[in-house]
Amino acid sequence: MAILSRSEAKQILDKVLKYSKAEAASAQLTGAETGNIRYARNSVSTSGIVNDIELAVEARFGKKSGIATINEFSDASLEKVMRRAEELAKLSPDNPEAMPLLGEQKYMSVDGFAKSTADMTPDQRAKAAADSIIAAKEKKVVAAGYLEDARSFAAVANTNGLFGYHAATSANFTVTMRTENGLGSGWAQSDVSDFAAMSTGSVSGVAIDKAVMSQEARALEPGKYTVILEPSAVSGLVGFMMWNYDARSADEGRSFMSKKGGGNRIGEKMFDKRVHIYSDPADLNVPAMPWAEDDHMALERVDWIRDGVVQNLPRSRYWASQSENKDKAIPQPNNLIMVGGDKSTEELIKNTRRGVLVTRTWYIRMVDPQSLLLTGLTRDGTFYIENGKIKYPIKNFRFNESPVIMLNNIEDMGRAERVGMWGYSAMIPALKVRDFTFSSLSDAV
Amino acid sequence: MDRRKFLKLAGVGAGGIMLPVYGVPVSAAQLAGNGMDVGQKKVLADVVLNTARKAGASYTDVRIGRYLNQYVLTREKNVENIVNTESFGAGIRVIANGTWGFAATNDLTPDGIARAARQAVAVARANAKYQSEPVQLAPVKGVGEVSWQTPIQKNAIQVPISEKVDYLMEVNNSALNAGASFVNSALYLVNEQKYFASSDGSYIDQDVHRLWAPMQVTAVDKKSGAFKTRDGLSTPVGLGYEYLDGREEDKLHGQTTLYKDSYDMVEDAQLAAEQAKAKLSAKSIEPGKYDLVLEPLHLRLTIHESVGHPLELDRVLGYEANFAGTSFATLDKWRSGKFKYGSDKVNFFADRTQPGSLGAVGYDDEGVKAKRWDLVKDGVLVNYQATRDQVHMIDQKESHGCSYADSWSSVQFQRMPNVSLAPGKEKYSVKDMIRDVEKGIYILGRGSYSIDQQRYNFQFGGQLFYEIKNGEIVGQVEDVAYQSNTQEFWNSCSAICDESDYRLGGTFFDGKGQPSQVSAVSHGCATTRFDKINVINTKRKIS
Repeated sequence: MAILSRSEAKQILDKVLKYSKAEAASAQLTGAETGNIRYARNSVSTSGIVNDIELAVEARFGKKSGIATINEFSDASLEKVMRRAEELAKLSPDNPEAMPLLGEQKYMSVDGFAKSTADMTPDQRAKAAADSIIAAKEKKVVAAGYLEDARSFAAVANTNGLFGYHAATSANFTVTMRTENGLGSGWAQSDVSDFAAMSTGSVSGVAIDKAVMSQEARALEPGKYTVILEPSAVSGLVGFMMWNYDARSADEGRSFMSKKGGGNRIGEKMFDKRVHIYSDPADLNVPAMPWAEDDHMALERVDWIRDGVVQNLPRSRYWASQSENKDKAIPQPNNLIMVGGDKSTEELIKNTRRGVLVTRTWYIRMVDPQSLLLTGLTRDGTFYIENGKIKYPIKNFRFNESPVIMLNNIEDMGRAERVGMWGYSAMIPALKVRDFTFSSLSDAV
Repeated sequence: MDRRKFLKLAGVGAGGIMLPVYGVPVSAAQLAGNGMDVGQKKVLADVVLNTARKAGASYTDVRIGRYLNQYVLTREKNVENIVNTESFGAGIRVIANGTWGFAATNDLTPDGIARAARQAVAVARANAKYQSEPVQLAPVKGVGEVSWQTPIQKNAIQVPISEKVDYLMEVNNSALNAGASFVNSALYLVNEQKYFASSDGSYIDQDVHRLWAPMQVTAVDKKSGAFKTRDGLSTPVGLGYEYLDGREEDKLHGQTTLYKDSYDMVEDAQLAAEQAKAKLSAKSIEPGKYDLVLEPLHLRLTIHESVGHPLELDRVLGYEANFAGTSFATLDKWRSGKFKYGSDKVNFFADRTQPGSLGAVGYDDEGVKAKRWDLVKDGVLVNYQATRDQVHMIDQKESHGCSYADSWSSVQFQRMPNVSLAPGKEKYSVKDMIRDVEKGIYILGRGSYSIDQQRYNFQFGGQLFYEIKNGEIVGQVEDVAYQSNTQEFWNSCSAICDESDYRLGGTFFDGKGQPSQVSAVSHGCATTRFDKINVINTKRKIS
């Protein structure tokens, strides 16, 4: 029941909108079946399946709006939910920032549904966990991991002729391997649409190697280091930056994207010239829902940063309508692609005289929104590099660094990989960065 | 695709908060409705218990939950959003072949719920093949049919929306009139109507209420391009709308007004605007070692991160290794009976019975009665926080009652109870404490926070910083963060104010687990002093 086909979804949406007596109305159907398995101490701890489907209906009278929802789809239920939304709209105060419902949208065609993921069974999940646990036991390390897979759909329609349907699958796996003596820890991840492309055993192998290699870490003095940040380490900082990347807060003078004296920094070269970050729902590596979650505006391919120059900032339709320059509305994206180079992480290491290899970054928080100074820690595999080789494991560091500074100090870029980031999937490269600021040492393994 | 939606709240909290939103949007009127009758819930619960037993479960619990949220979000003169959500369904947890299985459904017909019960048993059987540690449950005696409710005076969800909007508009005007460039204010109201039944013979009906009234005021200096924010000094509470009464007897007057059991948001908005503007010209801190005087609203976050989390038994044992992390407070340290977590003045206790706290319940989400116990006594580590399937690993026979799930669709697991620092036994005020400091900083409010995955190294900021020289406050400072190591930090604790300064503060969204779940928890403490802590300057320039 959780996944409706395009025609099944359209039939329900058409029917519910026909009951509308409001000036305008929109409806959204979403459903998902999510499966998961979690293990720790080389044993499965929890596992489950969650099914849910819901219909949300919005009725509009001028700048008044009301929303009601239901999870039954009989004719009587559909009429009831629309009446309820209309009643609520009439009772609501005007929303001065309300924008009219959109007309027909041309949504990009996105292929993000894989049968192998859609058909996953509890036994397959258990086997995926077992592949990881068996690999751990063979090397005498302790596995803790989590696999989550989902098959889901969303369909939207309104009385102005808008209609869209999107079905997707996803599977995300993360694993932490720790040595029995507690002195080594390694982590690896895999984020895919097609479960057939995922091998929990081989991902686990990477984490096992890092755990074994990271034992007996030495302490280096905190300070500024050349670092090689693997994609998951980069995503922690870049994800945070993009989360705060927004036209309105910039225009209001309260963002790292605000210009001194007023306005935003679109058109300025703020980053190294190799920095190119964009979004594209139809990207084959990270397919994403082709409309904005809030108002269902069609997403297009959009460059955020190109040649180090700020090209665009997400801007709501309301904020665009207030702009003197007739700026375009650009919705918040559903994926992110940072263009990388063609080197493997090994090649980046080979070309490094002295540096620190960082597997991942953790517990990242904003320290100062003005400079976008972030703090966080390295975790699960931090190594000292000398003369092109990993020399020895080192203790984890706390960093205090701004991604704006980091993206100005790029020395080299690795190949982009798919990572799960901030609720969506992203392609992120490994980066070699100079003068990365480590402010203190951590004893954590 | 995450099944849950997240509401992005720009402007509230550093860099915006990601609010987990459960359930589906509904009308305010629907929130005020009563939902399913308790008798009907018992009938459904019995269907689950019988179905699962027949399918081979040796233990079953079912949680039929109706989770209501109301969020009212405003900025300046506008209401940005009013979100009402309701989520109703059942989560079923079973043990079969010594292994946990879980399934959840929003199909609450007898057939639908029985199907989910069989699914949970099937999941348990599938996983049993790879199980090497069969589940051992500490015994719990069934309590029969009982109920519990958060002791509230005014049900916040039932207060008319117009009244809430008017109040937040008054708050925003107060900030704007005092010179704020921007102000965001909000109300988050939560009501969990939870019905729990287990094969132990318990049928527990609980009605849990929580409220949070956050605010952020921004001052922008257009000329220089600088901006500063000051968050409200309220705290999320396990109280009703009466928390917003702002009673005079709950106010503590000092550098700014602080609040005990009720909050005057209008007054705090004005102070926030004045202080945000003052931040623009405040002195940037000279880095170095300072004695820190930490106000409770600030210190409770340090307690949360450096004491609450490391003493969660699932972290200690490695169950959270892949996400939240493990803990430095290992079993050997606890077994030694000598591990000095802090100085002799430091006593931490866990307590799920504290009135007004976020962690207060009658029973936890596996039917264990709420209680109080010691974690650190006279500076020595004495116990952890555990659930029924964990206590045997620390040679104990009784669960601590720390099980919680954030939704019917989430599986319950070990979550932090209220963890609090006992106040000093001798009479000692904040004034006395400041008078005794030669070179220090008085830090108020929750700022940025980060700690490593074993809870050694941390860095904390704050909302307001005042420099202390020779026993006196000499002015407001900025760009302050302190870094320390948990054990060193708590061993540097040299003084704690007395009970008259003790109060609770909490968090609505403590994240843990995979899939990630949030939980709400409070921490009590009085203003506390820590000697010679490393303070860094956080000012940076981006070109």
